[in-house]
Amino acid sequence: MSNNRKIKVLVTKPGLDGHDRGAKVVARGLRDAGMEVIYTGLHQTPKDIANTIIQEDPDAVLLSILSGAHNALCPKIMEQLKEHNIDDVLVAVGGIIPEEDKDYLRELGLQGFYGPGTEIKTIVNFVKENIKR
Amino acid sequence: MTQYSELIERLLKGETRAAARLMTIAENDIEAAEDIVKSIYKNTGNAYILGITGAPGSGKSTFISTLIRKLVKEGKKIGVICVDPSSPLTGGALLGDRIRMKEHFSIDNLFIRSMANRGQLGGLSRATEDIIKIMDAYGCDIIIVETVGVGQSEVDIFKSAHTVLALVVPGLGDDIQTIKAGIMEITDIFIINKMDLPGADRKVSELIRMLELNMNYSYSDDINNNFAKINQWTPEIVKTNSISGENFDKLLEKINKHKEFLKKTGIISNYHKTRIKSEILKILEYKMTQKIEKLFNTSEQIDKSIQKVINKSTDPYSMAELIIEMMGIEDSF
Repeated sequence: MSNNRKIKVLVTKPGLDGHDRGAKVVARGLRDAGMEVIYTGLHQTPKDIANTIIQEDPDAVLLSILSGAHNALCPKIMEQLKEHNIDDVLVAVGGIIPEEDKDYLRELGLQGFYGPGTEIKTIVNFVKENIKR
Repeated sequence: MTQYSELIERLLKGETRAAARLMTIAENDIEAAEDIVKSIYKNTGNAYILGITGAPGSGKSTFISTLIRKLVKEGKKIGVICVDPSSPLTGGALLGDRIRMKEHFSIDNLFIRSMANRGQLGGLSRATEDIIKIMDAYGCDIIIVETVGVGQSEVDIFKSAHTVLALVVPGLGDDIQTIKAGIMEITDIFIINKMDLPGADRKVSELIRMLELNMNYSYSDDINNNFAKINQWTPEIVKTNSISGENFDKLLEKINKHKEFLKKTGIISNYHKTRIKSEILKILEYKMTQKIEKLFNTSEQIDKSIQKVINKSTDPYSMAELIIEMMGIEDSF
């Protein structure tokens, strides 16, 4: 594609979690790195997220979860993606994810984990280097 | 056929993912956008296009959210295009319009697409027109286009929409001033949004007075005039509360009234012609600019002649005429 290609990223908060400071900081950081960032706001169901991905066609999806419900939400989200044959979107998660849960989430297809203290630069580079198209 | 035939076939069957992917392609690559539009053009023209414009924070997204709720109830298939600004410094953008529309994410008859304006002035982005066509071919009955928060001259929506709604809110001081020149002339229905705030009625009367002045000033019977629309149609004013949904039924009536008006008077066909003309002109401008720039940057003759301008043996105007002659544009007409 031509050089007008912009990386489009969806930042979203699944489930019942109101802690959106991190998501906003990341959204802003990616914007400043020249990406087009869609922020959906709070309380997204896995189906909402799948719908948004289908319509907006982003290169990457960053889930922000600090509620501890990642092991319940992530499988449902990944299932939705599978159901719609969406296999060219990079999915990563930010928030509080305990070390012992990461292998399980990796198996589901989540490719990055960025908890508190991560530098924006790290996330920007991760997105740039890992998007699939 | 083009390399996008497969996607286009799926689009015409109403497949959402194919539509979304084509939009991405059209947004990123102008040549691909051309190919796509060429293939789907005959399948467009069925959607009614509503333009929503207004100052930042006037409640456009929330307003659209409530409007969607009403329209979906009528069984319509709705497309929404939300344009937000790109950063002039980094080219990045934060697209936040979905936040206000989240109650609808799961409705099957609704396709919301966020776009960054990518530095384009006028309140829309370059690809907006192409994306409208893709949504149209996808099968949307109504396409709602939300412009970036506008000031005085972001009036491009006028060229894309059948009915233009401008949102005004009470309590923003003298913001009548900001709309009197540009937005005032292109608006079909004024929405006094956040009608529960103090000053809503006053805003209505200010608007009425302003509109009266405008119409006396520019009245014309000539429907071929680009501005005939505003001369023949008296803009309606509706107060709304987007949170409670108050007056939205009334608003839908006004939208239908305007739609009927466009059909009855035949303005709609004139209107189509004007719109298509301006679209073609825009494409020509773009293509000619590309050609001129190419010639300008590669021609040795031009390079030498520029030296003459520097030496003052000729001037920029004569130089430009010379280039036009070189391109042979004048001769061919």
